[in-house]
Amino acid sequence: MNKFILLALLLAGSPAHAALSVFACEPEWASLTQLLAGDKVSLYTATGALQDPHRVEARPSLIARARRANLVVCTGAELETAWLPVILRESANATIQPGGAGNFEAAKYVQMLEIPTHLDRGDGDVHAMGNPHIQTDPRNFLPVAEALSKRLMQIDPANSLYYQQRLSVFNQQWRAAINRWEKQATPLKGTAIIAQHRGFPYLNNWLGLRQVAELESRPGMEPSAAHLALVLNQLQLHPAKMVLRAAYQDGRPSDWIAGRAHINAVALPYTVSGNAQVIDLFSLFDDTIARLLAGLK
Amino acid sequence: MFKKSCLSAGIAALCIYPLAANALSDADLKEIRSEIQILKQGYEARIAQLEQRLKAAEEKQAEIKPAEVKPAVQPQVIASAGREGAFNPAISLILGGSYSKLSQDPAIPPTGFAMSANPGHSQGFNLGESELGISASIDPDYRGVATLALAPAGGMTVENAFVQTTALADGLNLKFGRYFSGLGYLNEIHAHAWDFADQPLVYATLWNNQLGEDGVQLKWLAPSDTFIELGGELGRGRGFPGSDRTKNGAGSGVLFAHIGDDIGIEHSWRAGASIHQTRRVNSISADAINTLINNSFSGDSRTAGLDLVWKYSPNGNTAYRYLKVQGEYFQRKESGMLTYDTALTNVTDTYANTQSGWYLQSVYQFMPNWRTGLRYDRLNPGTASIGALNTGNIAANYGFSPSRATWMLDYSPSEFSRLRLQLARDSTRLGLPDNQLFLQYIMSLGAHGAHQY
Repeated sequence: MNKFILLALLLAGSPAHAALSVFACEPEWASLTQLLAGDKVSLYTATGALQDPHRVEARPSLIARARRANLVVCTGAELETAWLPVILRESANATIQPGGAGNFEAAKYVQMLEIPTHLDRGDGDVHAMGNPHIQTDPRNFLPVAEALSKRLMQIDPANSLYYQQRLSVFNQQWRAAINRWEKQATPLKGTAIIAQHRGFPYLNNWLGLRQVAELESRPGMEPSAAHLALVLNQLQLHPAKMVLRAAYQDGRPSDWIAGRAHINAVALPYTVSGNAQVIDLFSLFDDTIARLLAGLK
Repeated sequence: MFKKSCLSAGIAALCIYPLAANALSDADLKEIRSEIQILKQGYEARIAQLEQRLKAAEEKQAEIKPAEVKPAVQPQVIASAGREGAFNPAISLILGGSYSKLSQDPAIPPTGFAMSANPGHSQGFNLGESELGISASIDPDYRGVATLALAPAGGMTVENAFVQTTALADGLNLKFGRYFSGLGYLNEIHAHAWDFADQPLVYATLWNNQLGEDGVQLKWLAPSDTFIELGGELGRGRGFPGSDRTKNGAGSGVLFAHIGDDIGIEHSWRAGASIHQTRRVNSISADAINTLINNSFSGDSRTAGLDLVWKYSPNGNTAYRYLKVQGEYFQRKESGMLTYDTALTNVTDTYANTQSGWYLQSVYQFMPNWRTGLRYDRLNPGTASIGALNTGNIAANYGFSPSRATWMLDYSPSEFSRLRLQLARDSTRLGLPDNQLFLQYIMSLGAHGAHQY
């Protein structure tokens, strides 16, 4: 009997008190949803900060979690193209299919950068809709939050007032935080940097960082020894202060360059839980700015 | 400044006017003047103060401005990301080819499996099957997929051509048309995504590499945090071990169940069980001993299988390193009537056998772009029960279990290209060990769909 109850509970799944079940593709969107919806949602985060979001597998667990989701919150812009389509298809959940109310893509609400003028796989892993790593500029969260809040109200109208209030609180706190970060980051303006992967155009754009080189010869191709040597040569002409990588990227190429060029290797958290200090969106940028400033020294 | 002076003058005039009617003493006038002066100074101070506040406010606004820029940006009207309809329809072309060096004739079947499929290998340079795939959403309710295999000798075969529902409720997923059956683990995986240049022996002999069906598949995904999927298929039974025939109703049936989950962020697994049933009618195969003689078999075929896949990657990040271990077991019971030497002797009597096979393989990505793998295959040909009339014609047992050990190394410069070296020690044929070498390329052009687990 006990076993039967246990099985019934297993089948019934997650707690019943949460109104909405939200499947977030990346930790930053889980965090944003948490800020905007509080305890009105039960959250599942599909990927961790130490996983390359381009290369996640369509694991059975993800399909099972998507099955009962009311809302899928993802970056879009082809970031999840290697795994999300299978998850959505196999989940047999009509509400979260692309184009439906239960499918939210953050990149749709943001001014995209690096939209390629021509598409050729010879250029590497280039995304047709622009660079998908939009979460490195906090200003992008304002329009996304607005749209996500609207979407929450659309699928859960009973709690509209609650979502409205949470949104205005978020907007107020987030704007204040942006002001604070921008003040802290003034010394970074115009700083020359190297990126391991082409993953920081939004951050560069926000803080006025000047990217002089990339460790990947083409986006998505692992840094080769030959290309690293080329970058090292370039550095003599165009010196840089630091080399940036995301928490999920292998530190060796960055460390190699940093060691030889006597510059700092900076591992940015890139998303929520990218390191132990980053527990939410606010600490994500606190930590990012702190690490960049430390990289100046 | 001009306004301020006028204002002060005006105030002064108003103050003076009522008093001017009387003759005033010098002292009075002096007092009034000083009062006016105080007033004037007061106003000027206040105005200066207001000006300063205005300036400060303007500066503050200028400071906030950068943060305010973004929200004003209108959502872009762009084709939705992450779905294949972005380029409608999604078209992909797989180019594949190989060089194979074998020391035995690939047409010889594994010992004890003369009646099974023997897809074999080809020697020398081969253009593998180029595969043309087209898929798209048909409308909000359906999705269509076609995979056409372009044979090296010319001609085109339909590998997959199915329609899948996308909007059924309650975890139901319906597929109809020609599809790869959902049994086992490897059966649904297309050749370009195989981890070795060929299929495990058990798939080659029992399923002719892959079981394709014309029919209907219904899957149901349980509403639980653990992945539990149940599925059933009714089909024509055209794929081996079935045989194409003219008949109303279904020629084959499949039932399968899958269960899977994660263990922490680093491990994931999926286990499955499946059963398959079909009937083979007048299936001709060359005799095991005298290959010039043809035998014919008609009978029922029942197969049961178990499969398990386990994957591990440090921090769950498959980009750098991962390990994948998988194994499958199938057992098939066949019983019916066997005709020995259809052309001359033509003796028919009962025949029944239980055959099985399994493989265990592991693939390890030890650094980005590089993977290596090991596979061990084994088949059990069973002991056939042969009707009295054929006991002298057909061997019931060879006392030999076919096996094979395979090693591969592959290099993928990008996710769209792969080059592979594979070595195998093939002991599937009694007394005919075969050392095999394969060099293979697999390249993908156009839309590159997401891969299954």
